[in-house]
Amino acid sequence: MKLLKQWYSNQLVPWLLPILAIVLWQLLGQSGLISSSILPTPLKVVDAAIKLTSSGKLQEHVWISTQRAFIGFLIGGIIGFVLGLLNGTVKFFERTTDTTMQMIRTIPHLALIPLVILWFGIGESAKIFLVALGVMFPVYINTFSGIQNVDRKLIEMGTVYGLSKWSLFVNIILPGALSSILVGSRYALGVMWMSLIVAETIGADSGIGFMATSAREFMQMDIVVLTIVLYAILGKLSDVVAKLFERRFLKWNPVFRKN
Amino acid sequence: MVNIELKQVGKSYGNKEVLQNIDLSIEQGSFTAIVGRSGCGKSTLLRIIAKLEPITKGELQFTGKEANDPKIRIMFQDDRLLPWKTIIKNIELGAVHPSVAKESLEKVGLIEKQQDWPDQLSGGQKQRIALARALASNPDILLFDEPLGALDALTRIEMQNLIEELWQQQHFTSLLVTHDVTEAVRLADRVIVIDRGIIQLDERIDLPRPRERNDRFTYYERKILNQILGV
Repeated sequence: MKLLKQWYSNQLVPWLLPILAIVLWQLLGQSGLISSSILPTPLKVVDAAIKLTSSGKLQEHVWISTQRAFIGFLIGGIIGFVLGLLNGTVKFFERTTDTTMQMIRTIPHLALIPLVILWFGIGESAKIFLVALGVMFPVYINTFSGIQNVDRKLIEMGTVYGLSKWSLFVNIILPGALSSILVGSRYALGVMWMSLIVAETIGADSGIGFMATSAREFMQMDIVVLTIVLYAILGKLSDVVAKLFERRFLKWNPVFRKN
Repeated sequence: MVNIELKQVGKSYGNKEVLQNIDLSIEQGSFTAIVGRSGCGKSTLLRIIAKLEPITKGELQFTGKEANDPKIRIMFQDDRLLPWKTIIKNIELGAVHPSVAKESLEKVGLIEKQQDWPDQLSGGQKQRIALARALASNPDILLFDEPLGALDALTRIEMQNLIEELWQQQHFTSLLVTHDVTEAVRLADRVIVIDRGIIQLDERIDLPRPRERNDRFTYYERKILNQILGV
């Protein structure tokens, strides 16, 4: 048992399965069991990545997509956060807007694509709008419920200690809701990439999604697969960043405290 | 320094009358204990004095020098420390000045824990921090809502000694709600028994401090206990 625990504590262990899958994939492709027109081997995908990087195209597309993603995330995140704050702290806002928010939330935001294209055309604003819309709701709901679930006893303590409303908010309500807000943001990062992929695939002249659709037209399977891998890497990277934030802001919580 | 005056105070939730016609005056700097079975209304009385609950009838008044805006603090049964603040920051929340926070932490003997997180401390230590937080705000009135109920017997005795010592130093008006008769006699100058929302007994405890468990101590203990049990 102890040996097993030592073994899986190793930092490389989580990567074992992906590596194994890639090796298997390479072997199957090389031996001809999987035709390269269906799935190119990992080495060919790497090859495509190197070629596109040396021409500078890959960086360009990734950079454009990342920009869109984060601008959309920022806009949607801020709106969701502010609405969540207002509705969680001021009864008036909750009574007047929460029901509406919950109704809009149930519409799959990607179903709005035809409408969005009619409104914004296929320019930048359409993509950013879709990302922002997708990001807004998870941030909103988690901020709202995080604030509602702050321990009432701690708020009562703050009241007894004569804290002002602002001080109560900064010292008790916001830190109490923070872990929930961060969970919402982490979830929103996933939604962010998903919305962007769909938006870019449907109408774009740059970005990773555009790379995929144009490669498909020319049957460049290696590039198609490369774009999928890129999304996986970008998604993992943003998750790592989100985890760093959790470590930083929730270090009081033993779960995130490193000894 | 503040006196607390309750005149014909009543409190009901819907049709349920929790307190009825409570007349009570508590003088500044005194140590009063309120005992009774669970659900007798003793905690409600404490919350009324802390202005956490409005009264349904009667009057609550503060008289004395700081009567206009008396500083009332509560030590709750649970420590209610903010888990996201270090010990010293938790105390600073109540402190009139950061330097007082340190002083107050020294008084409860936990200065070496100042940079720790609350969840790294034991239950008894956390209650000591809660006491330090209350003291750092230099309260006129300190209300104890069964703060030692969840502690083990030994820690409890230590805490009782600490509370007595600090009360003698700072002379805030103390009001202790407890169901532990021994604790009440150990700490208070005056013990009030509440049952079904009415004051049943109001007893002065005339014993020198620090108190020892002698015959007179036991006499008070038995008298109060009999009143509660209805023997």
